[in-house]
Amino acid sequence: MRPMAQVAMVMNLDKCIGCHTCSVTCKQTWTNRDGTEYVWFNNVETKPGIGYPKHYEDQERWKGGWELDRKGRLRLRSGSRVKRLASLFANPDLPSIDDYYEPITYDYDTLLKAPAGPHTPVIRPKSALTGKDTAITWGANWEDDLGGAAEHAGGDPNLASLPPEAAERVRFEFERTFMFHLPRICEHCLNPACVSACPSGAMYKREEDGIVLVDQDRCRGWRMCVSACPYKKVYVNHHTGKAEKCTFCFPRIEAGQPTVCAETCVGRLRYLGLVLYDADAVTAAASVPDERDLLEAQRAAFLDPADPAVIEAALAAGIPADWLDAARRSPVYELAVRHRVALPLHPEYRTMPMVWYIPPLSPVLDAVSDMDGDNTDPDDVFHAIRDLRIPMEYLASLFSAGDVDVVAGVLMKLSAMRGYMRARTLDGTVADDLLTATGMSGADVERLYRLLAIAKYDERYVIPPAHRENAAALEGLGTGCSLDVAGGPGMGGEQSTGNGTGNGNGKIHLPLSVLPSRRNGSGS
Amino acid sequence: MTADIALWAVLPYVALTVFVVGHVWRWRADQFGWTTRTTQVLENRWLRLGSPLFHLGAFAAIAGHVLGLLVPKSWTEAVGVSEHVYHVVAVGAGTVAGVMVVAGLGLLLARRFVNGRVRRTTTRMDKAMFAVLAVVIALGMAETVGVNLLGPGYDYRETVAVWFRGIFYFQPDASLMSGAPMVYQLHAISAWVFLAMWPFTRLVHVWSAPIAYLWRPYVVYRRRSAARVPETAGR
Ligand code: SF4
Ligand code: SF4
Repeated sequence: MRPMAQVAMVMNLDKCIGCHTCSVTCKQTWTNRDGTEYVWFNNVETKPGIGYPKHYEDQERWKGGWELDRKGRLRLRSGSRVKRLASLFANPDLPSIDDYYEPITYDYDTLLKAPAGPHTPVIRPKSALTGKDTAITWGANWEDDLGGAAEHAGGDPNLASLPPEAAERVRFEFERTFMFHLPRICEHCLNPACVSACPSGAMYKREEDGIVLVDQDRCRGWRMCVSACPYKKVYVNHHTGKAEKCTFCFPRIEAGQPTVCAETCVGRLRYLGLVLYDADAVTAAASVPDERDLLEAQRAAFLDPADPAVIEAALAAGIPADWLDAARRSPVYELAVRHRVALPLHPEYRTMPMVWYIPPLSPVLDAVSDMDGDNTDPDDVFHAIRDLRIPMEYLASLFSAGDVDVVAGVLMKLSAMRGYMRARTLDGTVADDLLTATGMSGADVERLYRLLAIAKYDERYVIPPAHRENAAALEGLGTGCSLDVAGGPGMGGEQSTGNGTGNGNGKIHLPLSVLPSRRNGSGS
Repeated sequence: MTADIALWAVLPYVALTVFVVGHVWRWRADQFGWTTRTTQVLENRWLRLGSPLFHLGAFAAIAGHVLGLLVPKSWTEAVGVSEHVYHVVAVGAGTVAGVMVVAGLGLLLARRFVNGRVRRTTTRMDKAMFAVLAVVIALGMAETVGVNLLGPGYDYRETVAVWFRGIFYFQPDASLMSGAPMVYQLHAISAWVFLAMWPFTRLVHVWSAPIAYLWRPYVVYRRRSAARVPETAGR
C-alpha cells in the first residue's frame, strides 16, 4: 500500500441552476488573457447537448483517454508512444479552434469615440483571432437551456446508445424532454491521460495533493495533452504556444481555501475534500476489463481514512496528521464512498477522474409530472426510476459506463432521503419502508440530508492548508503574486524576454477582452 | 582576398559562436519562450500535409548534408562506392528531399500568410527566419537540381566539403571556397546566417525533440517544492 492524498470535488447536479457564475469567475481569474480567449477551465454545458468543445465525448473521433490493448494492458487510445512521436509534426486528433468557437470581442473604442449625433452608435463583433468583423455562430454555452437543441442536441454522443426515439425527442420535442446542467472542470485524474501523453514530461501530478499541472517552462508546445484528455480540459494558448489547464486554483488550495468556482457557486453545490488512495492500485483499477466494473474498482482504490492500518501507512508515507484528520472529515469521501451517491463522469475513459457528480433526480421528477404522477410521492418516483429508459440510460451513459442499476441506486437514495425527511418533518413519522428499499439507516439519511441540504461552508470545503515546512517556497503565500511568476498562468509580471517570440511586453489585461494588437498583424 | 578570408574563415566562426552562445543564453533566460509555438489549433488542413512533408524532407536533407559534407570522399570510395553511384544516389535522394522541403515549406508559408488567424501569431522574428530559410532552400535546390541534376554537375566533395571539415580543425582553406561556383558560395553564406539566427527563433524546439518519452513512466509525479523551480529552468 502506498497512500497518497488527492484534493477532489463533488458536484450535486440537482442544485445547478446553470447560472455560469463559476465559469465567469474562473475566467476572470485564470483565462482572461491573450491566447486564452476561447479557453474555459470551468464551463457549464446543458445536457443533452454536444458540449464544449463540440462532441468532445465522441472518443471514436477524438481518441481521448485510455483503452485496453489485446493483452488487456492500458494504452492511450491515440496509440503507442512511437506513434505519438511520429505525429508530432501534425497531431491527427487535435480539435481545431472552430470545434470550440471563434472568440469575439467588440471594438469598444467606436462607442467611446462616436461623436454626438442623432443615431445610436453601433459596434460589431470582431474576431479575437483576426481582428476582423465576424459572425457569432457558436460559443462555449451555445446550447444553454437546450437552445438550438432541434438542430444540434440530437448529436450528443451519449444519446447514441439510447433507443432512437430518445434522440428524436431531444431534437423535436425538447420542451417535453429532460434537461440538466453539467459544470465541468479538469478532473485531476488519478491516471491522467494528458500527463501520460506529454512527450516532454512538462505535465505532472503533484505528489502532495494530486493536482495536475503544466510546467509552463518545460512545455514545448507538442499539444499531445490536448487530444489525449478525453474531457478536453487542456488547451493550447495560441499566443504563447504552450498548453494550459485548470489548476484547481492551487494557490488557494494551498492556503486552505476552496477553488474560485466552488467559492462563488451560487447553488452551493460543490464540495471539496481529500481522498486517500493507494497509488499502487491505480493501474490495476484502471485496467479492469469490464467498463462497468471501473466505478467499483476506483472506489476500491480509495483508502478508508479511519482505518488504523491506513493511518499508519499514510503517516509513514509522509502525509501529515492534520491532513489525515481532514481526510476523515472529507465531504467527498463521504458522498463518493460512504453514501455512494457521487459518481465519476465517464469512468469508461479509464483516467480515474476525481471530480465526481451526484446525478440529478430532476429529469426523473419531470418525467413523473409529465405522466401525471406525483413527484413528491417516492413510490411514483421509484417506479419511474425503474421503468423509464430515456433519462435513466442517458444518465448511465454519463456516470456509470451505461450501467443503469448504479444510477438507479443513487436516485432511489436521493428520492428516499426526500421522502423520509418530508415525512419526518411534516408528520413526525419515520418512513421505514423507504429505508429498507435503499439499505440506508435513519442516521445515514440524516447525515446525507445534512450534507446535501444544509452543510455550511466549513463542511462543504474541508481543505487542509499546505505545509510550509515541506515547501521551500509556497506559491500561495509570500510577497509577490504567485500567478505572476514568469511563465506562470497569471503572466502579469515579466515573462519571456527579448527573443524570437517577441510577445513579452508584460502587460496586464483589464477584464474586458481586447482586440489583438496590430503589431504582428495583418496591416489592414 | 580579404573578402575571402572574411567569408570563408571568419563568418563560420562568428556564426558558430553566435549559435552556441545564443543557445546557452536562450536556454537560461527563456525557458518560457522555448516552444514550437504551434498554430495547429488555428489552422489544421494545410498544416496536416505541409508540416510532415517539411519536417521529413528536412530530416532527409540534413542526413544528406552529413553524408556529403562530413564523410570524406576517400571513405565512400574505400567502401567501394564509385563517384558515379554516389552522384546518382545523392542527386536522386537530394531531389526528393528538396521537393518535399519546398512543397512542405510552401504549404506552411501559404497557410501562415493567407490564413488571418495564423498570420496574427507570426512575429517579426518568424518572418525573418522564414525569409532566410527560403533563400537557403532555394539555393540548395539550385545546386541539386540546377547544377547536378540538369546542369553539368559539380563535385562539391573536393572543395566545399573539405573546406567545411577544415572549419572544425581550425584550418579552413578559404581558397577552396573562392573557386566554388557562386551558387555554392551563396548557399554557404546564407546557411551561416541561418545558423546564427537559429537560437533566437522558434527553431530551438528542434533540440527538445522528446526522445526520452519512449522510456519514461507514463504518469509523472513531482513534489510541490520541486515543482517550484524546475531543474531545467536556468533562473
Ligand atoms: S481531466 Fe484533467 S487530469 Fe484528466 S486527462 Fe484531462 S486534463 Fe488530464
Ligand atoms: S455557479 Fe454553481 S449553480 Fe451556477 S452554473 Fe456554476 S455550478 Fe451551476
